[in-house]
Amino acid sequence: MLHFDLRLQLREFSFVAAGEVPSGVTVVEGPSGAGKTTLLRLIAGLVHPQAGNVTLDGRALTDITAGTFVPPEGRNVSILFQEYALFPHFDVAANVGYGLRARKVPRAEIEARVRRELERFDIATLAHARVTELSGGERQRVALARALVVEPAALLLDEPLAALDRATRTRVRGELAAVLRAVNVPTLFVSHDPGNRELFPGPAFHIERGTLTQLP
Amino acid sequence: MAVVLAAAILAAFIVVPLAGLFFHLQPRDLITAMQTVPAQDALRLSIVTTFSSLAITLLLGTPLAYILARASFPGRSLVDAVVDLPIVVPPAVAGLALLLAFGRNGTFGPLFGALGIQLSFSTMAVIMAQTFVASPFYVRAARAGFAGVDRTLEAASATLGMGPLRTFAYITVPLAAPALIGGAVLCWARSLGEFGATIMFAGNLQGVSQTLPLAVYLNLESGNLPVAVVLSAVLILFSLIVVVTVHATSDRRTI
Repeated sequence: MLHFDLRLQLREFSFVAAGEVPSGVTVVEGPSGAGKTTLLRLIAGLVHPQAGNVTLDGRALTDITAGTFVPPEGRNVSILFQEYALFPHFDVAANVGYGLRARKVPRAEIEARVRRELERFDIATLAHARVTELSGGERQRVALARALVVEPAALLLDEPLAALDRATRTRVRGELAAVLRAVNVPTLFVSHDPGNRELFPGPAFHIERGTLTQLP
Repeated sequence: MAVVLAAAILAAFIVVPLAGLFFHLQPRDLITAMQTVPAQDALRLSIVTTFSSLAITLLLGTPLAYILARASFPGRSLVDAVVDLPIVVPPAVAGLALLLAFGRNGTFGPLFGALGIQLSFSTMAVIMAQTFVASPFYVRAARAGFAGVDRTLEAASATLGMGPLRTFAYITVPLAAPALIGGAVLCWARSLGEFGATIMFAGNLQGVSQTLPLAVYLNLESGNLPVAVVLSAVLILFSLIVVVTVHATSDRRTI
């Protein structure tokens, strides 16, 4: 369970968001510029809130009154960034293995886990490809493999379909939904496209001008 | 037509004297000149001091460049301008300023004197003069290089579990590497050619502060033209290597 209650004064509006995210996919929809990315960055610890807290599986990651702020590298919260943020100077395997390297996993185990993950996403043949040579759909799979191989305690997806062209998007959407249904951790799926709610029947939020409301 | 002519004149004006210098170079002179102790001392001293000042610049300039590229604080543009200042200050003025600050009777001279350190007219003075005039070339390039690194990649590294230092080492530095290498090479070349600040602050003592450019000057003054030509040819060759390296790294940047 992911629980958050966050306040932050932004330039154009104040950001106020409180909610609970159980295991499985929770959709957050709202127009662009409403604060969707800010919400994810606050949960991941990339941005400090002015007040509030973030609790994941009973562990306080942020608690402003108690002076607690776990840095992003200590949270075990993976983000799938909108443009995927693949490291251009690493090949596919090194990108996917990066989080395991950060956790000082032995080299042989990194190789085995990366191989397994690449096979799961059907991109094993691309292991040594440069990420700059991949198609949009392939880039998304690499980013997703990189985010999941570390077995995160929560997964945050920032407009995961926005960087794809229309034809790829239709195909990838089904694949992504299948992968995410199998991920059994709190998952926030942020999108400006209300259509994504049909894909994930779980709880959903709407965000507008920094104010988060739970949808029925 | 006029444009081509102007370009040709300027290009020739640069190339002809430099290439012409090699016509004055006798192979016989090359061997005899490089066998003399002062020439060997100058070459050795230039290598030691330029790599020392480069090391100091990398050590102190990298954090500074990173801060200037990333942090916003009051007076940032002032610090930015101060860093660039040595590029436009005449080297002789820089040398005088260093002498007045760190010379035996300078502001901080007695402080170092009390510690038994005499900075002016020493090899350390050569390194200080080079660092003073050359470090901006590295800091400017590194600042631009760091500013060009996508911060989302650093955020991705952090959320994947890498702390700030390892993110800097694995993501920021490799992605800024072409700019860092280009800046370091330019900085080293500027140190190698340093003359004005060195002769003012460090003097022209063989084996202590007489680097290659100073040896060129001394040999010309004392009527020993062949040795001056040989040492100049060595400096031109180093410069050529630098120009080729900088162009090679900047080409990689655009790909």
